[in-house]
Amino acid sequence: MKKSAFFGTIAAATFAAGFAAAGTLEDVQAAGELKCGVSTGLAGFALADANGVWDGFDVAVCRAVAAAVLGDGNAVKFVPTTGKTRFTALASGEVDVLARNTTWTFSRDVDLKFEFAGVNYYDGQGFMAPKALGVTSAKDLDGATVCIQTGTTTELNLADFFRSNNISYEPVPIETNAEAQAQYLAGACDVYTTDASGLASTRATFEAPDDHIVLPEIVSKEPLGPLVRHGDNNWGDIVRWTLNALITAEELGVTSANIAEHSANAGKNPEVNRLLGTEGDLGGMLGLDKAWASRAIAVNGNYGEIFEKNIGVNTPIGIARGLNASWTDGGLIYSAPFR
Amino acid sequence: MVDLSFVRKDIVPQRAAPLSEAGIVGWFRKNMFSDIPNTILTIIVLYFIISVLSSILPWVFSPTWYSGSLTECRSILAELGRDGHGGGGACWGVIRERWLQLLFGFYPSELYWRPILAFFLLGLALAPVLFEGASRKLLYLTAVYPFLCFWLIWGGSIWFPITVFAGFIIAYVGFVYVNKIAGSLSGVIASIVLPLIWWLFIVSPLSTMLFSILPIGSEAIDSDRLGGFMLAVLIGVTGIALSLPIGILLALGRQSDLPILKGVCVCFIEFIRGVPLITLLFVASTLLNIFLPPGSNFDLILRVMIMVTLFASAYMAEVVRGGLAALPKGQYEAADSLGLDYWKAQRLIIMPQALKISIPGIVSTFIGLFKDTTLVSIIGLLDPLGLSTNIRADMAWNGILWELYGFVGFIFFIFCFSMSRYSMYLERRLATGH
Repeated sequence: MKKSAFFGTIAAATFAAGFAAAGTLEDVQAAGELKCGVSTGLAGFALADANGVWDGFDVAVCRAVAAAVLGDGNAVKFVPTTGKTRFTALASGEVDVLARNTTWTFSRDVDLKFEFAGVNYYDGQGFMAPKALGVTSAKDLDGATVCIQTGTTTELNLADFFRSNNISYEPVPIETNAEAQAQYLAGACDVYTTDASGLASTRATFEAPDDHIVLPEIVSKEPLGPLVRHGDNNWGDIVRWTLNALITAEELGVTSANIAEHSANAGKNPEVNRLLGTEGDLGGMLGLDKAWASRAIAVNGNYGEIFEKNIGVNTPIGIARGLNASWTDGGLIYSAPFR
Repeated sequence: MVDLSFVRKDIVPQRAAPLSEAGIVGWFRKNMFSDIPNTILTIIVLYFIISVLSSILPWVFSPTWYSGSLTECRSILAELGRDGHGGGGACWGVIRERWLQLLFGFYPSELYWRPILAFFLLGLALAPVLFEGASRKLLYLTAVYPFLCFWLIWGGSIWFPITVFAGFIIAYVGFVYVNKIAGSLSGVIASIVLPLIWWLFIVSPLSTMLFSILPIGSEAIDSDRLGGFMLAVLIGVTGIALSLPIGILLALGRQSDLPILKGVCVCFIEFIRGVPLITLLFVASTLLNIFLPPGSNFDLILRVMIMVTLFASAYMAEVVRGGLAALPKGQYEAADSLGLDYWKAQRLIIMPQALKISIPGIVSTFIGLFKDTTLVSIIGLLDPLGLSTNIRADMAWNGILWELYGFVGFIFFIFCFSMSRYSMYLERRLATGH
């Protein structure tokens, strides 16, 4: 392509900028598509299939928001972001919402000026070791060589854990998860450490997964969730309450199977009615229509269904609900009430 | 006594060289086993080659083409009594399922003919530039090819590339007319300013208007659907095609007697050469977003192409400058003594010789540039390496490493090796000898 297209684009950009509205919601509705930042590829969370259709646990959040705002779960432009580009992509407006298993931390929330819409997955850093090594606890790992991805919070967590337990380790720095898998299998390190969800999916790909054990210690808190820019509270509310709608739907037993029936007529449960817009007008307060939540849930089902479909025990990744069970089942997934 | 002396009347027919000296055997004797140290070295090297091949070949030739997942591959290999996926055999099912994706990214499959046609036309458009024998008429295709390619790949209104192309005609017409009226410097300025005004302020409304009158166009494809080798080739070809002319201008500017021009060129070249490409790519992907007005939509692939072109131009400028420096001073003086002006001297005497000297350097820069396109995976573009991460995110193929990298490496090798062979052909063709 020629330079001329560059000038043309700059010109177009200059004109477009003049019409840009203040609110993200208006921008998204004007564009007719939601720009959603996702990972370039993370098993179970964000991946494109052979036809280029994106799917995954994080992708489902994007689709739910798109369905709530635009009425179409496919009206999403997925922008693959890497760990290095994700925050500038969000800050500069290249994406409207970032759902790229990003840990909610103080500095990201406050210093980088983002707003986390909630938590869709409670993760934590764990360890995996071959059974042949004979360890049953991370505290037995004195002197072990540890494969670790550089430049992530896992590196700091690892140092903290070993120092506070007064044991030594030798880090083997690795750039990507794929490389780490290969190094670990080749025996370049005794232990591989990363988020527990990553360990589960990595272990599932091994030729003999039963020869490897995920140690019981979880050494960090990694609440992952979608985030938006500071400064547009209405848009933040939309993403937060879309996520809450998915969570509440599971709690109230609204599934993709029965949502049509529930949405058609007001039922006995007033909270279901408020959620699905058959009673009251919660959607209007968000600047959306009454059926917003109903559409968001209809795309991929409620939180539990999304979990089971993408990363649950019946998938190759096989993660149990654990901390991510609904609070009614003893987990941490909890939504503020729809009222 | 009979004289028994023997005089041969006819020439003995030539016989073939003895078997030990001719053919393969002779070649081996002469080159491989000529003396004891050579023989020992040959045996050692042969041993290494055989041991490497014997471990790689069974891995490569593994009957897993039709497998649908890594697990399936493993069961196929286990049935054959092989070692398992790591050493026992490759899992080529992933290539069968995803090779189109590795070539075209997420481009809609029913429109694959568009990039294929663009690639085929690229060959035609390059032919008159690369090979002497090709018809000169193809040069017209070369001139419109960039716009045609843009339209084929991105689609949309046909009027946009046409109006942009018109900018070049305006530049040419402006140069010719103003040159006649007000002299050559004004001509040059007009040829820069007029098309800029055209591109910045007229192209966009005009093409929209023309489209509303005559809606000719094809289905528009978003940049985020481009990926795989198509993306690498697009970025590489753009960089290669634009960096050579820009690099030549920069090299000339650096040798110029005009201090400001020289200063600008030196600063540009040294700045770009002093910064790693990945830094420029980060600037393209993150910083530019912050500088541009919010809500503007300046395509990421376009930004990357510009950065890659700038980067390659700076290196190209230095390669060409090397060629210029290698020319004897007498050539410049000869050009002057013939009364040629600066541009004529460059075009007819200096550049043909300087570029010929720089061919190996130029082609190395091209090859380096083409391989550097894989760096875009770091800023989240799905080039072949970025796609391989994405393919691994599919649990069916998670854990597959060498097959994907091997395939990507093989295709890159084909491209780069052809470029290098072409440069050798060009050197032979242009060899004039002394």
